[in-house]
Amino acid sequence: MANGITDFQIPIGDWVADGVDWIQINLTGVLDGISEVLELVIDSFEGGLQAVPPVLLAALIVLIATWRVGWKFGLFSVAAMVLIFGMGIWPETISTLALVIASSLVALIIGIPIGIAMARHDPVEAVVRPVLDFMQTMPPFVYLIPAAIFFGLGKVPGSIATLIFAMPPAVRLTNLGIRQVSEEHVEAGKAFGCTSHQLLFKVQLPLAMPSIMAGINQTIMLALSMVVIASMIGAGGLGNTVLTGIQRLDVGLGFEGGLGVVLLAILLDRITQSFGAVGGAAAAPSFFGRMRQAFERWKDSQSSDV
Amino acid sequence: MQDKVVIKDLYKIFGPEPDEALALLEQGFSKDAIFERTRTTVGVQKADFSIREGEVFVVMGLSGSGKSTLVRMLNRLIEPTRGQVIVDGHDITQMSKKQLIEMRRSTMSMVFQSFALLPHKTVAENAAFGLNVSGASKNEQRDRAMRALETVGLAPNADSYPDELSGGMKQRVGLARALATEAPILLMDEAFSALDPLIRTEMQDELVRLQETEAHTIVFISHDLDEAIRIGDRIAIMEGGAIVQIGTPEEIVTKPANDYVRSFFYGVDVSKVFNAGDIASKSLLAVFERTGVNLRSALAQLRDHRGDVAVVIDRGGQFRGLVTVNSLAAAAASDNPQWEAAFLKDAEPVPAEMELSEVLTRVTASERPVPVLDADGRYRGVVDKTILLHTLDKTT
Ligand SMILES: Nc1ncnc2c1ncn2[C@@H]1O[C@H](COP(=O)(O)OP(=O)(O)OP(=O)(O)O)[C@@H](O)[C@H]1O
Ligand SMILES: [Mg+2]
Repeated sequence: MANGITDFQIPIGDWVADGVDWIQINLTGVLDGISEVLELVIDSFEGGLQAVPPVLLAALIVLIATWRVGWKFGLFSVAAMVLIFGMGIWPETISTLALVIASSLVALIIGIPIGIAMARHDPVEAVVRPVLDFMQTMPPFVYLIPAAIFFGLGKVPGSIATLIFAMPPAVRLTNLGIRQVSEEHVEAGKAFGCTSHQLLFKVQLPLAMPSIMAGINQTIMLALSMVVIASMIGAGGLGNTVLTGIQRLDVGLGFEGGLGVVLLAILLDRITQSFGAVGGAAAAPSFFGRMRQAFERWKDSQSSDV
Repeated sequence: MQDKVVIKDLYKIFGPEPDEALALLEQGFSKDAIFERTRTTVGVQKADFSIREGEVFVVMGLSGSGKSTLVRMLNRLIEPTRGQVIVDGHDITQMSKKQLIEMRRSTMSMVFQSFALLPHKTVAENAAFGLNVSGASKNEQRDRAMRALETVGLAPNADSYPDELSGGMKQRVGLARALATEAPILLMDEAFSALDPLIRTEMQDELVRLQETEAHTIVFISHDLDEAIRIGDRIAIMEGGAIVQIGTPEEIVTKPANDYVRSFFYGVDVSKVFNAGDIASKSLLAVFERTGVNLRSALAQLRDHRGDVAVVIDRGGQFRGLVTVNSLAAAAASDNPQWEAAFLKDAEPVPAEMELSEVLTRVTASERPVPVLDADGRYRGVVDKTILLHTLDKTT
C-alpha cells in the first residue's frame, strides 16, 4: 500500500497497441486498398515528373514562376534550378516534389469536403475541431509510428503520415472561409432562389476562395516539411539526403539537402500564394477576366467591320 | 388597388422558447420585460396589414425596431414564429422548400444595403444571377440582364467587375439584379443607406421614375424621413417590433398616432420636407390627351364637367398647357382650331422638386391651380391653395 501511488497506472500505451493489433488483424483488406490507391497516385506523379526531360521541367517551373509571380521571381527560380542541378540533387528534388503533390492532393480531396461539412453543420464542427487541435499539437514524428506499423516502410506510409499531418489547415481554412462569407451575400443567394447546393457553389465557395487557397498553400508547405521527416521511414527524396548527412556526420551533404528543401519551399510557397490572390475580393479583374475582356473587344471590332 | 401581400398576425420571437414569450406578449408585457424574463427577443409582433399592388411601402423605425426581421419574413429568409404571409393568395408560410425556392425566383427579389454583389462575376453576370440560378439559357440570361442594366443606365459597364464601380453604380447593379428576374415584388432593406447623400437622392428619383413606367410592389426599409416621404406611397412606423402607424406621408406627418411617431418629425420644417411633387394631385383637374380628343369635344366635356380648368398632355404624358372653357371656346371658334391657341399664357408649371415654401409664393400669386412637372416634363399633378394650406396647417 505504501507505494500505491507509484503502482497506479493507466495503460494508455497498452490500449493503443491493442487497438493497432486489432486493426491489423481485422482491417487488412482496407489497409491494402488504401495502400494500393496511394501507391498508384504517388507512382504516377513521380513517373510523370521523371519522364519529362529535366531541362524541360526546369524551364517549365521557371515559366510558371515568371507568369504567376513576376520576372524577379523568375530570375530567382532560374538560380534555384541551377543550384539544384549543380548540387546533383535533381532526382531527389523531383521525388520529394512528387510526394508532396500526391500527399497534398489526397489531403485536399479529403480535407476540403470535411471543411465544407464543418461550415454547414455546427455538430460536425463541434466534433472535428478538437480532432484537428489534437492532430496539430501532436509532434509530427508520432505519425510515423502507426503509419509504419500499418503500411511498412516506403513512400506509402510516408505519404500517409504526410497527408494526415498536412490536412488540418485545409479543413480549418475552408470552414473559416465559408463561415466568413457575409450574411448579406448568403441572404442574396437565398433570396434569388438558390438551392443549398447552388448557394455553396455559386456563392459560398467562390467567396471563400482566398481563404481556401491560403489553406491549400499551408497544406502544401506542411506536406513538404513532413515529407522530409518521413524519409526516416523510407520515403526517400531530399529528406533522405539530409538524413544521410546526419548519419554520416557529413555537414556538407546535410546542408545541400537542406538547401534543396528551402528552395523547393520558396518556389511552392510563392507560386501557390499567387493563385490565392486571383479570387480575392481586393483583386482587380483577374487575369482570365482581362483576357476575356480583351477578347470581347477584339470580337466587337471584328463584327463592326462587317 | 388590389392587395398584393397580406400579412396576418405575424410574429417573430428569437430564442429557444417562443411560446412563453408569445404568452407574455398577450398579457401585455413589453419587449424589454420579456427579454428580462425569458432571454428571448421579440423581433416582430402582431403585424397585421396589407401591401397593395404597385405601391412603394416604406417601413421606418429606430434601430432594432424589427424592420429587417419584418421584410425577411416576407420571403422567409427568417422563419416566422406565428402568422401568415399571403402573396397573390398563396400562404408562403405553408410552402414546401421547393415551392419557396420557386416563389423566390419568380415573385420576390431583394436589394441589399451593402449590395452583396459577387466580386468574381462581371456586372452582367451579377445582374443575371437570379436567372442563372433558375436555369435560364445563356442567351436569355444575357438579354434580360442587359435590359435591366439599360433600365438603370449601366449597360456600358456590363463587362466590368464590381470592384471597378462606385458605390452608386454598385447599387444600380444590385437593382438591375432584382429587376432582371421580372419579379413583381421588390424588397429593399436600406438599399440606399450606404450611398452618399447626392447619389442617394439620385437613386431615389430613379426609383420613383421606374415606378412610373413599370410599377413594382416595393417594400422599402428606411430610417430616413426625407427618403420615406420622397419615395413612399405609404409609410409604416415600427417600434419595439410592433407597427404603430400606417398611412400616407401626409397622414403620418399631419396626424401622428403617438409621441414616438411624432418624434420622427420633431423639428422638421414641413415646407422643407415636402416638395411640389409630394403634394401634387392628379384628381383635381380633368386631363385631355391632345392626340385623342379634338377641341370641340374637349369643350363639350369640360362644360359638362364641374370644373372650368383642364390640363392637356401628350400621349407620352408630357405636359402641354392649361385650358379653360373660355380659352377653348375662343380657339374652337377660329377658322383653324389649334390646341396651342387655347393654352393659357400665364400658366407656368413648376418642377416637382420645388420646395413648398417656394410653391407657396407661386400658388398665392396665381388664381388657378399650378401644374407640377417631373424632371423630364411629365405631368405630375396640380397644387392649389386648398391642398397647400391643408398640408401646412396640420403640422404645426
Ligand atoms: N438572429 C437573431 N437572433 C436574435 N435576435 C435577433 C436576431 N436578428 C434580430 N434580432 C433582434 O430582433 C430585433 C429586431 O432586429 P432587426 O434587425 O429586425 O431591426 P432593424 O429595425 O432592422 O434595425 P436596424 O435599423 O439596426 O437594421 C432586435 O432587437 C435584434 O436584436
Ligand atoms: Mg435592419
